[in-house]
Amino acid sequence: MNKLWGLFIIVGVLFSLVSGNTNLLSEEIVSGPKTILDLFLSMFPLMVLWSGIMNIAKDAGLLEKLAHLMRPFFRLIFPDLDPDDEALGYIASNITINMLGIHNASTPFGLKAMKCLQEKNPDKKVATRSMITFLVLNTGGVTLIATDIIAVRSLYGSPNPTFILLSTILATFISTSFGLLMDRLLYERSKRRESRHLK
Amino acid sequence: MNLVTLSNYLLPVVVLLIVLYGFIKKVPLYDSFTKGAKEGMELAFSIFPFFIAMIFGVNILLKSGFLDHIFLLFRPLFDFIKIPVEILPMAIVRPISGNASFAVMIDIIKKFGVDSFMGRLAATLQGSTDTTIYVLTLYFGSIGIKNSKYALTAGLLADTMAVVVSVLLVRFLFF
Repeated sequence: MNKLWGLFIIVGVLFSLVSGNTNLLSEEIVSGPKTILDLFLSMFPLMVLWSGIMNIAKDAGLLEKLAHLMRPFFRLIFPDLDPDDEALGYIASNITINMLGIHNASTPFGLKAMKCLQEKNPDKKVATRSMITFLVLNTGGVTLIATDIIAVRSLYGSPNPTFILLSTILATFISTSFGLLMDRLLYERSKRRESRHLK
Repeated sequence: MNLVTLSNYLLPVVVLLIVLYGFIKKVPLYDSFTKGAKEGMELAFSIFPFFIAMIFGVNILLKSGFLDHIFLLFRPLFDFIKIPVEILPMAIVRPISGNASFAVMIDIIKKFGVDSFMGRLAATLQGSTDTTIYVLTLYFGSIGIKNSKYALTAGLLADTMAVVVSVLLVRFLFF
């Protein structure tokens, strides 16, 4: 991650120096952080609000119910986790909120799930199998109703803005399943490598 | 009732269900909400350094125009497999920044028309996946993971699949 971030900045700055396109970049360095703060502020209340609402759901026992409902699926993709693991409740709420199309509001639950997983991680610097699986599941972006896209389509005069839901839902399920499959294969490969290493 | 109104109903109904269920289960609603909100606030604050780092890095890369030149390299390949090359900027930006790819989607819709092949493809692609690199840095950064192992590979493979599947689906379902 350190390398990737450094690469973004080094390549970006060097390239704009070489191509002589530096005004955009200095503008980004001077006023960029303000735009980033605006972006953060636009998401921030949503995160706080949904953390509050989902805490009611948690206290009422709804999160456990939700996790229970998703149990067969969780057992399949998180074989390393105890089916009653606290992290699964947060993972369930993270996925549910993503499905509803309010992505930014799901972040606190993703972070909480990661924190729970980290508590049981023997090596705090290295990602566990379950963490990676959750990440793939989350970045697959399983969305049932992409509210923002529907809004843009209706803004630009589509007679049927929700027409896109069919292809979106199918694409997200296929690509996320593919991601989970890749996750499994890559895990098996890394396990084989490690055992070879030990011998 | 069409789906737009349905999606307008969905969120209020979810909120209603949660609060109602909490009410029946005799949860101290207001206390529970504020406690959760406070936790959410602290979490949100704690990710700000990761948030600003990632978006700053991504913006430097995007605004340098470097990626525009990468697109040119891929052009022959895309012509060969008959995927419209105009989708490429969006496909490359999608795993890096949700806002940037959203902006590219709007450009494509403006240029080609909202219900053209390209317009529908852009919308499908935007909806079919999420920003892998952003989520990876944010989630792993917040808990101090330094070695993400094969997470990036798995995430980017899924993103590539999302592009391929989107093109196929839009072509065969709609055209």
